[in-house]
Amino acid sequence: MSKQMSQRLWFGICGFFASMTIVALLFLLFSIVKEGASVISWSFITEPPRRNMTEGGIWPALVGTFYVASLTVLISVPIGIGAAIYLNEYAKQGPVVRVIRMSIRNLAGVPSIVYGLFGLAIFASTLRLGVGLITAAITLAIMVLPWIITASEEALKAVPNSFREGGLALGATKWQTIRNNVLPSAIPGMATGSILGLARAAGETAPIILTGAAYFSRNLPSSLNDSFMALPYHLYILATQHAQAAAVRPIAYGTALVLIMMVILLNLSAILLRNHYRRKNEMF
Amino acid sequence: MTAFQTAVKENKKKSPVVQENINKEESIFSAKGLNLWYGNDQALKDINLDIRKNGVTAIIGPSGCGKSTFLKTLNRMVELVPIVKTSGAIDYHGVNIFDPSVNLVELRSSVGMVFQKPNPFPKSIFDNVAFGPRVHGVKKKAELKEIVEKSLRGSGLWDEVKDRLGESAMGLSGGQQQRLCIARCLAVEPEVILMDEPTSALDPKSTLKVEELIQELKKDYSIVIVTHNMQQAARISDKTAFFLNGEVVEYDNTDTIFSNPQDKRTEDYITGRFG
Amino acid sequence: MSSHAEKQSEDIKQMKVVNKEKLTQKSFKANTLDFLIEKMFFVFGSIAVFVLLLLLYFLVREGSSALQEVGILTYLTETRWYPSSPQGAGYGALQFIVGSIMVTIGALVIAIPWGIFTAIFIAEIAPKRVREILKPVVEVLAIFPSVVLGFIALVILSPIVANVFDLSNGRTALTASLILSVMALPTIVSIAEDSLRSVPKDYREAAYALGASRWETIKIVTFPAAKSGILAGVMLGFGRAVGETMTVLMAAGNAISMPMTEFMGITVPNFLASVRTLTANIAIEGSDVSWGSLHYSSLFVLALILFVITFVVNLIADLLISRQRRKLTNE
Ligand SMILES: Nc1ncnc2c1ncn2[C@@H]1O[C@H](COP(=O)(O)OP(=O)(O)OP(=O)(O)O)[C@@H](O)[C@H]1O
Ligand SMILES: [Mg+2]
Repeated sequence: MSKQMSQRLWFGICGFFASMTIVALLFLLFSIVKEGASVISWSFITEPPRRNMTEGGIWPALVGTFYVASLTVLISVPIGIGAAIYLNEYAKQGPVVRVIRMSIRNLAGVPSIVYGLFGLAIFASTLRLGVGLITAAITLAIMVLPWIITASEEALKAVPNSFREGGLALGATKWQTIRNNVLPSAIPGMATGSILGLARAAGETAPIILTGAAYFSRNLPSSLNDSFMALPYHLYILATQHAQAAAVRPIAYGTALVLIMMVILLNLSAILLRNHYRRKNEMF
Repeated sequence: MTAFQTAVKENKKKSPVVQENINKEESIFSAKGLNLWYGNDQALKDINLDIRKNGVTAIIGPSGCGKSTFLKTLNRMVELVPIVKTSGAIDYHGVNIFDPSVNLVELRSSVGMVFQKPNPFPKSIFDNVAFGPRVHGVKKKAELKEIVEKSLRGSGLWDEVKDRLGESAMGLSGGQQQRLCIARCLAVEPEVILMDEPTSALDPKSTLKVEELIQELKKDYSIVIVTHNMQQAARISDKTAFFLNGEVVEYDNTDTIFSNPQDKRTEDYITGRFG
Repeated sequence: MSSHAEKQSEDIKQMKVVNKEKLTQKSFKANTLDFLIEKMFFVFGSIAVFVLLLLLYFLVREGSSALQEVGILTYLTETRWYPSSPQGAGYGALQFIVGSIMVTIGALVIAIPWGIFTAIFIAEIAPKRVREILKPVVEVLAIFPSVVLGFIALVILSPIVANVFDLSNGRTALTASLILSVMALPTIVSIAEDSLRSVPKDYREAAYALGASRWETIKIVTFPAAKSGILAGVMLGFGRAVGETMTVLMAAGNAISMPMTEFMGITVPNFLASVRTLTANIAIEGSDVSWGSLHYSSLFVLALILFVITFVVNLIADLLISRQRRKLTNE
């Protein structure tokens, strides 16, 4: 086989696999949209499930997901940003930083269900918080922490060093420089990272199965200890745990579509935010 | 014999071309046996140099010879590079600036710095100039306004920006940005201003403006300026130090350096034979 | 300008005093406060270490009664799992481990060629415009909630598998592998692409100068130079797949038995059997197990096994990535 031929063959193989990636995505999106689109309506979004979930909507699951994801972000973002500030602004290369970075990478690789079990053992059982919103949120916060730290560090790294030098050379203290010169420029990037964390927390199921998600609850959670319905868990229930699997299938499709749209929209807004500020920064 | 005299004597021994008269003037900084390493690479080698009070001292030399490093050592900004190690001393008002008791905030407030590339903060013009006073505790709006105006007048920028103080400093031209950085520096009321090739990123017209400004400022401030531009050094400085490979080869009145250099290497450099 | 400057200079000269006392005077703001703030950030910084230790501590603490009473060997080698049966309880978890490894390997068999060829295409072959479509496609795949993928596997893939192989139940190790490969794919693609990109241009140019074609250059120069990084991507993909819960839970059928079959006299893994993974078992039993029981403790032993697997896999990936970096900076 000539050089030319074999190159064409291999490029073709690479192209085939690459296009399979697109096919896979389109297949996934299409199969959900096809069945789910007709289910979604205003009342589907705003009404609670009725008649043993065979009718009605997903309102409590939507609200529950919003609650738990917001709480997660509220807990993980300040800690994650603080850790990133330490790593990027204060820490000097050495064994301490190496251990911290190794731990972060390790935490990022821990399976989500293990976090769930951990949350159950420490927050629900040992600290007596029980299963509910706060336990689930802290557990999820620990799970997304490595991502928040990494994203915040990226944002800090993108701040030009001249901002730091300029501040310090004027006799500002290190903290004054960070607060006045570094953080303002890093905040858009950190916000982007936080939204991505929010999206992950919103789509995550395994940890909340063990730490607070409810099969069904008539009322919205009214305290931090209440268990809550959540979109991904609701989908899992409808798909596998419900006695009338066929009857709830359309609702399951609708739930899946809402979940996907939510995650994609969150990611999209994060990307748009990032691009907006990147463009603004280029102007500077 | 005082430590200072010893140092001077040492100094003379090591660099025989340093002229007597320099040491008779009042100096603001005096470096004594200053060495600096980036990791294992020595960037400054046994520097003994008195920088005179008031007037302009220029530092010239080929690229990589340690000019910027020396300048940044004077306000210890060089320590932002974590691998930096120093030995020796720099006297400033009778204190060795490397002494652990030195308050870096005070040191950097009285030894201001202007960078090679204008580095305004992404804030309004007003907030840029007010940055220093604010971090040093000035809160009253009226007082800040006064300082901002005074500093902008000091850097000759006031008339150009007085109507748009609230606009982003990033919208200014390169030359204006550099003068803004000088104003920002003046607002902290420093005693010394360090400038690292302040005009190398500017067009000729802006360069001229900044040079005029330096002539103005030297009446009240001690200025140390690093420059690659020999004419610039000759035009604006009173004293010139020629650095080569981390050492001071020659340090003298600017006139002498440019008309009658004592060291062959200095002569080669200023006549453009290398570097 | 000059008159103003002069006027200003008088003001300044009146106010400005620099002296030894001032230079060496301690200030609360510059010394104490900044020191405290730095310490505070250090606390934030070390939270990751603290959490990791806490996680390990709780897994071991909660799992210790099971480890003492049952012994780790039982979990690792036996296949009878009846943890809550009052008499004749069994704690064999080998079938879960086999299940986890099977679906993961199955997924990688698909995702490795898929991911690596896609990464080569994105990094080396595709024109800019195509690349700008492919990259977001991979990113969107990465953010797909796993429960949605599990749902699709359940309602679309498993009937297909049942049909093709003439099974009564399409929820098998194969089904789980298929959908898991989609989950591992973005990890493999993005890490492999990064390491291909990190190969310096001059490597390639040297090969072109010797008359190599673009494909030969990829095969002989770029790919080998990026090998460690690509392998790291594969390891991380493995970690992702072995730790995944929801897709497997919904796609693999969750039967507790050992998924083996006789093939020409040898026992081989049966990808058409229903399997239960470590993760799925924890998810299924974790929500209604009674706290403090031996069964509860056993689930922590399973979590520990999972933790060790992912820890080792991530460690290897880490080493590979730093080796790649060293290789490319040293040469
Ligand atoms: N951050 C750093 N890390 C390591 N080495 C450095 C660093 N900064 C400077 N150096 C080294 O120290 C030496 C002096 O550098 P310096 O920047 O002071 O030179 P310079 O005279 O200002 O040159 P130029 O005219 O190009 O600005 C050079 O050899 C340079 O490579
Ligand atoms: Mg320089």
